[in-house]
Amino acid sequence: MILGLEFEPVSRLVQWKTLFGSGPFAPTRVTFQIVLSVIIIIAFYVLASRKKALVPKGAQNVAESAYDFVQDGIILQTMGEEGLNWTTFLITLFSFILVLNIWEVLPGFQMPVTAHIAIPVELALLVWVLFNFVGIKSQGFFGYFKSMAFPPGVPWPLYILITPIEIISTLFVRPLSLSVRLFANMLAGHLLLATFAVLTAGILFGAPPVLKIGAVLPFGLLVALTGFEVLVAFLQAFIFTILAAVYIGGAMHPEH
Amino acid sequence: MLDVLAATGQQAGELSSGLKTVGAGIVYGGAAIGPGIGIGIVVGNAITAMARQPEASGPVRTTMFLGIAFTEALALFGFVLAFLLKG
Repeated sequence: MILGLEFEPVSRLVQWKTLFGSGPFAPTRVTFQIVLSVIIIIAFYVLASRKKALVPKGAQNVAESAYDFVQDGIILQTMGEEGLNWTTFLITLFSFILVLNIWEVLPGFQMPVTAHIAIPVELALLVWVLFNFVGIKSQGFFGYFKSMAFPPGVPWPLYILITPIEIISTLFVRPLSLSVRLFANMLAGHLLLATFAVLTAGILFGAPPVLKIGAVLPFGLLVALTGFEVLVAFLQAFIFTILAAVYIGGAMHPEH
Repeated sequence: MLDVLAATGQQAGELSSGLKTVGAGIVYGGAAIGPGIGIGIVVGNAITAMARQPEASGPVRTTMFLGIAFTEALALFGFVLAFLLKG
């Protein structure tokens, strides 16, 4: 208790009430946000590709600069020339995660969809299935496992130590860290914003009138943190996409 | 006699819940030391590289973000574990 104010426990932030129905498949406000994100992304890219002007303007300009950013900044840096076929998948992944993260700062909703562990786990599983499938398709089943579990250029007694570490690190740690990184960043940001908002409201409405001016301090920090959260949303989408590109590119040709 | 035992059991329940909170604090505090130092090293070396050769800033910046993501994930594992501990 601070200044005689009561706050609710933090676990209340992660409990959701359903809009209608009950049980594990009942829709909540977050489900509505996911459907809205999909509609927004499809509508944006369809509208942007309608004009096909030589000098792009407006929505076509934004979509083309996003496409160039994914190609030059992500694919050419990590996958090389042969990864250019993956541009469509990676730009979809990037836009999806970015729009899902931006819901954190939009007034009225203010809940990042990726703060539910289900969405990052599903995206990380998708990337995991993809890079294993690409590896098996391009190197054969046994060739892929041989190049993953037995990296070349190592004296053979060290394989007893290195092989379990490599298998665990490639098959288990990669999807786990990919999902937990995105989830925990978004959850931590959401908790920070919620904490400072509750503190500001508590001081503003609960404190004696002479102390009410003290609400300016947490409010200023709340404004600064909202700006920081926009940066974190963009950065986490970029990091997820570039790690997906690194994993898929690494599975395409054997280690040298 | 029985109400003394019941009172002790209730205090033990509060004690274990208090200890869980302390444990959660220690978990995150310990988990944040290594990645803090690690990210400092990664970004420091990236700044040195960008100062030596400014035309390589693009790839250096990309690799820096990749390194930050890998080390920051370890601190975030500790954060999630602290939340799981606190219940």
